[in-house]
Amino acid sequence: MKKLILTTTVLTLAAGAALAGSHSVVRLGTEGAYPPFNFLNDKGEVDGFERELGDELCARAELTCEWVTNDWDSIIPNLVSGNYDVIIAGMSITEEREAVIDFTQNYTQPDPSAFLAAEGSEIDLTGAVIAAQANTIQASYVASSGATLVEFASPDETIAAVRNGEADAVLADKAFLSPIAEESAELDFVGEDVLIGGGVGMGLRESDNDLRDKFDAAIQSMKDDGSLNALIEKWQIGATF
Amino acid sequence: MASFCSDPSTLSGLSWLLCYLTTGKHVALYWSVGTVLLLLAITAPAALAFGFGGATAARSRFLPLQWLGRGYIAVVRGVPDIAFFLFFVIALDQFFEWARHKVKCPDWDQPIRQGSDFVVCPEAKLPLGNAAQWVHETYGFMLAVLTFAIVFGAFAANVLYGAMRAVPHPQLETAEAYGMSPRQTFWRILVPQMWVYALPGLSNLWMVLIKATPLLFLLGIEDIVYWARELGGAKTARFTDYPHGDWRVWYFLALLIFYLAFTRVSEIVLDRIMGRLTHGQATLAGDAQRKAV
Repeated sequence: MKKLILTTTVLTLAAGAALAGSHSVVRLGTEGAYPPFNFLNDKGEVDGFERELGDELCARAELTCEWVTNDWDSIIPNLVSGNYDVIIAGMSITEEREAVIDFTQNYTQPDPSAFLAAEGSEIDLTGAVIAAQANTIQASYVASSGATLVEFASPDETIAAVRNGEADAVLADKAFLSPIAEESAELDFVGEDVLIGGGVGMGLRESDNDLRDKFDAAIQSMKDDGSLNALIEKWQIGATF
Repeated sequence: MASFCSDPSTLSGLSWLLCYLTTGKHVALYWSVGTVLLLLAITAPAALAFGFGGATAARSRFLPLQWLGRGYIAVVRGVPDIAFFLFFVIALDQFFEWARHKVKCPDWDQPIRQGSDFVVCPEAKLPLGNAAQWVHETYGFMLAVLTFAIVFGAFAANVLYGAMRAVPHPQLETAEAYGMSPRQTFWRILVPQMWVYALPGLSNLWMVLIKATPLLFLLGIEDIVYWARELGGAKTARFTDYPHGDWRVWYFLALLIFYLAFTRVSEIVLDRIMGRLTHGQATLAGDAQRKAV
């Protein structure tokens, strides 16, 4: 009996060591609250444009991937401390973020951001109170535009702020705002769209060059055969490549 | 989920609500109630153990141990919870991984800190990168329990330290006069009598602990407040079969009722324990009990 236990232990340990090779499972971290990029469906699973994209990229790069959700505010700290390996959460490529993490090439065009406000309201967008999600390119855009910025932890709360009058308008990716504008009669786009950011890419640790190259190649192959454009059209993300 | 839920757009009224409340997402909410209760059930005794250790250390006659106990109480009580949860848990996790790295990968030549990255060899990752999601979740849960236990243990230590000093000194002197050793005096005279002084403070801590569970989401554990916010937020028809407006107020109302009911039940149970502990004690309440009989 003792021998049996010993053998099992040794086998388990050996198997564990063999499986523990570099990136045998790639953990994809997302926010799960930013449709159509990523959201939780009725079953509570991660769904959306990035879910399909991520699964396809992992298949092309021959990687086993697993999805985890994380709060937006701590999404970068948890990546660099190694709780997951990739951020795929509608994160625009910016210089500030490049200083801390690495990005793959962009898989969406620089996305127009739009202002959503109460139907028929006349707003001076440079002097109004504008809601945006904290730590986003939209938040820094509002802060530098002269308008008063109110920040919220989740995208959902920014919309709620406009509905209840706390903010005059919300600035966010147009792909996120469009379905909301279509369905709610009391909300409408105001002003001109603004182009900010360098498109959305996957974020990785700066030390993780192998994995970045693999995903870069996979994104390139999806751009080349047009399957990325098909996904962008399906989820109505914005301009195609 | 009932079979008639397959096409929710045709449903209305109660059957819609029934289907809506049994989606996978709602089931996750119900599970998270269990997570919170389990966390409380494990954390409360663990924190009490930390508190007992801290209080015993703080009144130790051996100076370094006394400093350790007092230092623990002072530092942890002074640091804001949210800072403690953000900093300490990541630091603790990295410390474990660093220790495993030193043991398992002695001939790893790259630095562990590369810029802002924290890189250990794959074998040292905790849990292993290829472990199943539930292992990651359990590990996160254990880290949460440990952090809660350390934080609330410090407060409990202070309460118990005060309670130990509140036991009438003649009791201890009498024990010594009877020839009991310091250890016997501690376990047989001091500890049984201190609880009645400690309980009001400890029951406060328990109430605060119940309310502090939403801090869990900082540690990546999806607790009831996270799910209430996620489920309550407005949903458009493109992304769900059950579109609705901003329902957060209803979900938070349900949370309010849950927490109120939970704290009320706690109060009743704590009152009973207090009554039992008071029995035969040389306190006002104990005296009143004696006279009532």
